[in-house]
Amino acid sequence: MLKTKEVEFNYDNQMFFKFQNIDLNSNENLLIIGESGVGKTTLMHLLAGLLKSNSGSIKLFDKELNQMSSYQLDSFRKNNIGIVFQRPHFVNSLTVKENLQLAQYIANKNDNTRIESILKNLNIFEKSNKKTNQLSQGEKQRVSIALAIVNSPKLILADEPTSSLDDNNCSKVIKLLKKQATDFGAQLIVITHDSRLKKHFKKSIEL
Amino acid sequence: MNIFKLSIKNIFNKPLSSSISLALLVLGVGIISLLLQLNTLIKDQMDNNLRGIDMVVGAKGSPLQLILSSVYHIDSPTGNISLAEAETISNNRMVGSSIKILYGDNYKGFRIVGAEKKFIELYKGVIKEGKDWDNPYEVLVGSKVYEKLKINLGDELISSHGLRETGQSHDEGTFKVVGLLKPSNSVIDQLIITSPQSVWDIHETHDHDEHENENEHEHEHENEHDNREITAMLIKFKSPMNIIQFPRQINENTNLQAAVPSYEISRLFKLFGFGIETLSYLAYLIIIVSGFSLFINLFNSMRERKYEMALIRTLGASRFQLSTMIIFESLVLTISGFILGLLFSRFGVMFVSSLMEESINYNLNSLKILNEEYWLLGLSVLIGVVSSLIPAIQVYKMNISKILADA
Repeated sequence: MLKTKEVEFNYDNQMFFKFQNIDLNSNENLLIIGESGVGKTTLMHLLAGLLKSNSGSIKLFDKELNQMSSYQLDSFRKNNIGIVFQRPHFVNSLTVKENLQLAQYIANKNDNTRIESILKNLNIFEKSNKKTNQLSQGEKQRVSIALAIVNSPKLILADEPTSSLDDNNCSKVIKLLKKQATDFGAQLIVITHDSRLKKHFKKSIEL
Repeated sequence: MNIFKLSIKNIFNKPLSSSISLALLVLGVGIISLLLQLNTLIKDQMDNNLRGIDMVVGAKGSPLQLILSSVYHIDSPTGNISLAEAETISNNRMVGSSIKILYGDNYKGFRIVGAEKKFIELYKGVIKEGKDWDNPYEVLVGSKVYEKLKINLGDELISSHGLRETGQSHDEGTFKVVGLLKPSNSVIDQLIITSPQSVWDIHETHDHDEHENENEHEHEHENEHDNREITAMLIKFKSPMNIIQFPRQINENTNLQAAVPSYEISRLFKLFGFGIETLSYLAYLIIIVSGFSLFINLFNSMRERKYEMALIRTLGASRFQLSTMIIFESLVLTISGFILGLLFSRFGVMFVSSLMEESINYNLNSLKILNEEYWLLGLSVLIGVVSSLIPAIQVYKMNISKILADA
């Protein structure tokens, strides 16, 4: 399902990253763990098609990302990938529900029952009509998970979802992510420096 | 949810900065549109009342005043001229037709004009109720006059001397309303029209009183076979060529004044055209400033919203969609600014029109969209596109990965 080979990336000839190869089968989740500065976010952006690698190959769902145009990558992303960011981002002028509707609109979908069921599943249904800046930190994180899964992606990429949380909440969030992935039939790749997550994943690689 | 709705939500999310740009644009568009409307309406109204009058003959004085008083009935007449002299001119072979008019009195501020019946034909006046005058002291009343003063057929009107309400009243000058005119959208709507004889009759008795005290006029009065006077004469030529030669002849060879309405009116428009031009430059300046304010707003909100832009991109929106959103935001503001500006100008026209109706009995109501206003719409759209262009290009070139990594 995901196969990377000798992926290299450099930012303006200053920082140079060479990533180890990854080989992930369908129905597997993956933890990518590494210290700060080893290029975790860069790797995630490469996998999400937000960046293009300088050399090597990234094959995701049998598609070679390096050979796609920026427009094709946008389209590939909206159909296949959901992203959970380290710090949740939303469109501030919209309510929780409208944010999810916007995500669906971008992917040419329109399914309010799915939005409702996701929000109920994440226990934030009663916040549907709240603006996102009225939410608590925990609620924001759950809405950002909702945004990542609303278009039924095949892959969920999560960037440091637990770094700022205490042990208790850390395990809650990662369980939630795994449950959402299973519930909605997606694979999960978590990229983090948080070694507490190791015990939740069968498969992990260290950068 | 779609990109257009999102644009609108974004505008309402920043009500303060959005409304400043909007207010500037409304002001600019509103002023220009108001000027255009008033200019066109006044010009239309003026042209409409010209009715092919080629030349006006009256007493010496300001030619513009002569035109304003005897064609538009909004200024005082320059004085009177003798009927005999007027007859000589109307008998000239260059004159196609002529209409003599006389002023003297008013009824509650509305002018009573003594005129030949051709005068009513000139303005295509049609009698709605009653009949034409047959005898002196019978009057036809224009539509605005009877509407405003609630005059009915058969009413008696006691006139006052002069053209303003405050003149002394003639006790003997009682007019009888014999006919009401249909609205004709011309000057006769605000006039009370009677035969020339009525006006002569009233002022003969009136002049008598005066002359008894003024000996120097006495002999003049005695040996005159016809001392009747008129205020002005409206003339149509047989051939338009005469307009060049004939007025000059009159002005040079007689003690009368000849004025050409079309010339005087274009002179008048040139006079206040300067003011209009200055004001519209100011208004264009305001529109440009509104463009800048719009640009600054969009530019700032781009920075504030870079994370949500990045988010929308990671959700799979293309660069193009995002840029479109920015341009939409700008266009929604400028187009609503245009629409509100037009509304503003229409209220302005109604306001000015009601003021004018009070003072000079002119009505300027018209709400049609002028061709120039379509240009104004074009300008608003252009401002919208231009001011959003740089922010839109920035969004287009945005490096989402870098923005997200910096978060």
